[in-house]
Amino acid sequence: MSRPETAAPRGLYTTAARQSLAKLSPRLLLRNPVIFVTAVVAALTTLLACRDLAAGTGGGVTIQITLWLWITVLFANFAEALAEGRGKARADSLRATGQETRVKRLPSAEAPHASAEAVSSAELRKGQIVLVEAGDLIPIDGEAVAGVASVNESAITGESAPVIREAGGDRSSVTGGTTVVSDWLVIRVTADPGQSFIDRMIALVEGAERQKTPNEIALSILLTGLTLIFLFVVVTLEPFARYSGTSIPVVFLAALFVTLIPTTIGGLLSAIGIAGMDRLVKANVIAKSGRAVEAAGDVDVLLLDKTGTITFGNRMADAFVPAQGVGEARLAEAAWLASQSDDTPEGKSVVALAARLLGDALPRAEISAHVAFSAQTRLSGVDLEQGTMIRKGATDAILRHTGAEPDPVLAGRIEAIARSGGTPLLVSQDDRILGAIHLKDIIKPGVRERFAELRAMGVRTVMITGDNPLTAAAIAAEAGVDDFMAEATPEAKLQRIRDEQAQGRLVAMCGDGSNDAPALAQADVGVAMNSGTPAAKEAGNLIDLDSDPTKLIEIVMTGKQLLISRGALTTFSIANDAAKYFAILPALFLGAYPGLAALNLMGLSSPESAILSAVIFNALVIVALIPLALRGVRYAPVSASALLRRNLLLYGLGGLVVPFLGIKAIDMIVVALALV
Amino acid sequence: MSRELLSILLYLAVLVALAVPLGRYMARLYRGERTLLTPVLSPVEGALYRLGGIDPAEGQSWRAYALSVLAFNAAGFALLYALLRLQGVLPLNPAGVAAMAPDLAFNTAASFVTNTNWQAYSGEVQLSYLSQMMGLTVQNFASAATGMAVAVAVIRGLACRGEGRLGNFWADMTRSVLYVLLPLSLVVALILVGQGVVQTLSGAVTVTGLEGADQVIARGPAASQIAIKQLGTNGGGFFGVNAAHPFENPTVASNMLQSLCILLIPVAFCFAFGRMVGDRRQGLALFAAMGLLFVAGLAVVLWSEAAGNPLIAQITNTTGANLEGKEMRFGAALSALWGAATTAASNGSVNAMHDSFMPLSGLVFLVNMMIGEVIFGGVGAGLYGMLLYVVLAVFLAGLMVGRTPEYLGKKIEAREVSLAVLAFLSMPLGILVFSALTVIVPQALAAVQEAGPHGLSEVLYAYASATGNNGSAFGGFGASDPFHTTLQGIAMLLGRYAIILPMLAIAGSLSAKAPAAPTAGTFPTHGPLFVVLLIVTVVILGGLTFFPALALGPIAEQLSLVAGARP
Repeated sequence: MSRPETAAPRGLYTTAARQSLAKLSPRLLLRNPVIFVTAVVAALTTLLACRDLAAGTGGGVTIQITLWLWITVLFANFAEALAEGRGKARADSLRATGQETRVKRLPSAEAPHASAEAVSSAELRKGQIVLVEAGDLIPIDGEAVAGVASVNESAITGESAPVIREAGGDRSSVTGGTTVVSDWLVIRVTADPGQSFIDRMIALVEGAERQKTPNEIALSILLTGLTLIFLFVVVTLEPFARYSGTSIPVVFLAALFVTLIPTTIGGLLSAIGIAGMDRLVKANVIAKSGRAVEAAGDVDVLLLDKTGTITFGNRMADAFVPAQGVGEARLAEAAWLASQSDDTPEGKSVVALAARLLGDALPRAEISAHVAFSAQTRLSGVDLEQGTMIRKGATDAILRHTGAEPDPVLAGRIEAIARSGGTPLLVSQDDRILGAIHLKDIIKPGVRERFAELRAMGVRTVMITGDNPLTAAAIAAEAGVDDFMAEATPEAKLQRIRDEQAQGRLVAMCGDGSNDAPALAQADVGVAMNSGTPAAKEAGNLIDLDSDPTKLIEIVMTGKQLLISRGALTTFSIANDAAKYFAILPALFLGAYPGLAALNLMGLSSPESAILSAVIFNALVIVALIPLALRGVRYAPVSASALLRRNLLLYGLGGLVVPFLGIKAIDMIVVALALV
Repeated sequence: MSRELLSILLYLAVLVALAVPLGRYMARLYRGERTLLTPVLSPVEGALYRLGGIDPAEGQSWRAYALSVLAFNAAGFALLYALLRLQGVLPLNPAGVAAMAPDLAFNTAASFVTNTNWQAYSGEVQLSYLSQMMGLTVQNFASAATGMAVAVAVIRGLACRGEGRLGNFWADMTRSVLYVLLPLSLVVALILVGQGVVQTLSGAVTVTGLEGADQVIARGPAASQIAIKQLGTNGGGFFGVNAAHPFENPTVASNMLQSLCILLIPVAFCFAFGRMVGDRRQGLALFAAMGLLFVAGLAVVLWSEAAGNPLIAQITNTTGANLEGKEMRFGAALSALWGAATTAASNGSVNAMHDSFMPLSGLVFLVNMMIGEVIFGGVGAGLYGMLLYVVLAVFLAGLMVGRTPEYLGKKIEAREVSLAVLAFLSMPLGILVFSALTVIVPQALAAVQEAGPHGLSEVLYAYASATGNNGSAFGGFGASDPFHTTLQGIAMLLGRYAIILPMLAIAGSLSAKAPAAPTAGTFPTHGPLFVVLLIVTVVILGGLTFFPALALGPIAEQLSLVAGARP
């Protein structure tokens, strides 16, 4: 499902640019240690530049370096603001739906509708009862306790077709901000104002209450540690230089320090996190915590319900098996006729299969009467003008109807169909059995490939089904899942999750029913369908607004991509330092040991231009990588070794080489523009 | 050269051939299984446990383990300090050596308790036999066993299945001494005596030399101390000039044996690691990474020593290896091998003057120590030091494959990363900050012999040696100055315990985690890719931290040497 872009890019950029200035406030900067340190150093060099200006001792390079240090900070802020901005537009449209309204509060669920009192939605509290009727906005999250209604949930899901919500069962959950289209519902409120689903969603997409995820915290610690190590390196360099008979201007030390500390990943870290969540929001998945998204990347086992995920919900006609002496075309014609009045998906699939087989040669018989399916006869069909009776139905029903026996070959094939997990339907004309229709669970196209990808990523798939083991095994083999659970009960599902976890595996599953809630809570990643019960939605740590179980695979990919982006940019950032050393160190030490000019591998034109070029490169690389940070590093489902090799080459080796070229190019421009 | 190269290849082959079975033996020992020596030694072991009231089967949490390490080492420190201060009035002092000064005693005690064996004194004139045998030799065993025990505890933290126990320090320590260090030392000491290393309790002898003057020749119980000094990567020589002294290291055979002993237990630990974590390929990967780094460094030293000094070649119009400061009985190649091994292995014994090696060789020695003595490293210490790099390498690589990073199935999370970072800070602090203090304080700088880049190398080497718990001396550095004895003592304690404690904490944290099952999504930590990744992590992290300082030291020296040699 797609959603129109809510904000024009131009507006996004100007807002982000404004925001990056606002983010210079020390309180906000403190959240990002590396960038905070950069800002402190920039402030220090600003003082030095002012001193130089006051003393009238030129300081052109000092001013330029200072300027670029500030630009480095601003670029980092810009990246974060841009990532946040994309979520903000969505949040604004959500907020519009969460406005205060008048609602009809009932004293109890059984009270007559006329007893409703009008109150403000802000006064509603958990456990209170509200009546909503056609045209009303559902004020807050709740559970239908009486009535049935069609509800437009497009404000949340973007899907404009209304859905049915009714008391009892698995479709009782309603969400604040959605609208009742027809009929009425009595709702018990399940969230206080400000804590509803929409409120959580707003906070999430805005990134306002964004909590750092576990891996992000670990990475921040590593980056802070590196910053500290480089502080030791740079601070001790001045005494070593003085010992060596040269003196390094403080502004050059400041420049070296900022280029060494991991500003690239430091500046992009929060943008990566926000953009990752935003990608999920775009896919219509709401994560209750960033932790859940990261855990999704770690998942080892996916438990997938067969119906709706692996197969289409219904059995479909797959083949016609004619009896002896009957042509396939004749069987197809009869089946086509017998299904003319059958509106079930099965019936439609028979019509479709016959039409495909017959092409233009569809039968032109005149139908005199339609025989609908009934629980007693368990067959359906048509009577033709001439009185011919064409029927289709379950094997025993047709046998009873015709009183005939299938020929031995057909009988054998009927048995084979049942053994393979399919369902045989018989077709008869009057008292003659024409043949069988092979109905089977049709595997969704592309599912097999998806599972192969998951296997390559190291994720095992387990199919959960209520079918008997024979049927389950056949479908499992066809779909290419690694394992299956037949005749699964909610208890068995829960036990399976515990067993997998006991073996050190992380388990993901999706579910919607109340009986799924324990398993959803037990699973490391539980994706609740938005159409599901409040209990299921409470138990899961992600909610899929589209209620599409295959989304689990997307979620796993997004989780992995998030981690890969961070790792790749950190590696890139650290690898960059080698080139910066070769740019700056010869420049600093040339006075002490002219022999060290041999380290000037890039042949930079002067010490000043070398240092300035390194600082400029360091700032520009943040901007250059913003698109990558927002989009996420490309992720292909391959084995970990292949992935590591690729990313090490791209971001490790690339990170070593790119700055050599970049700094050299900038040096040439700096010289051409006579900036030093 | 080809004969020398052959002897080095032979050395490497014998080293591995001995280390593999020793690793297997150690793995069995630390798992509490029956070993070759169990029938002989278990009565002694049992008696020691009864004496100390220790239940070897009682596992300790990381805190208890760390407290035991600290208590044992603190007691050893106090005892050694007291011994050195009181040696003048204690027995076994035929030469009548006086008490050691407080700052030097602190330095020496810190040095031997931390397995550094930095010697700011000259053994034959400033130590009594009692101090040598009851003080230093005892600590040679105790400090080595401490390192081995900590490594074993860390391995258990990685290997266990969530029990949160690291084993029993007292048992690990006892077993390390009884089953590994003592039997090996006994064998090595006997062979060394056979080669002519002295072993006597009589005092120095006075002889009349050829020129007619009286000469005092120091001797003493050397062989027994030398065996453990090499096996336990201690390195503190009996005599001041260490293994260059003919009484310590008389022949090429004794030289080869001692070179083997330097790396034997550290290499064996790689193989023991693989067995103890239940996947020998994991140990092999660590061995491969360390081995490649070692061979690369060794190759540079061999080449630069064989090439010799270009300036001398220009003046004398001759070519030849750099033999300044080397014993002629060992030559350039075997001196290079020893230098590379002793700095890689945190041993610190020397058979040549490191100050006189080519600047490029000095650079290799410095880098070996600055990266934290993880190329095989000290007994036990090298392994857990390398595991620190593994934590960081795995963390970055793990992120890059899209999973929460894990090593041997244990998730590496914020706690492990912060502890690893904490441990990493000790090296730049001890080396860079303390060296910077030295060049700032005039009194401290006065202890440095040379000016210019070579002088900076001398300072960096001294503090890298202390912080890395290596103990070898570059030379040209007046280590006995009170400023340096004190600061060096602090550097040694920092380099030892600021790594042991975080590492034990990491092991404790990992020990409480149930291992995750490996899938195709977990990247393997035993393949060539991981070996390369680990090497790059070591080189990049070490390189980024120390490159600027090295540029002003050995790199500047080498570059000016090369530039000056050009016509």
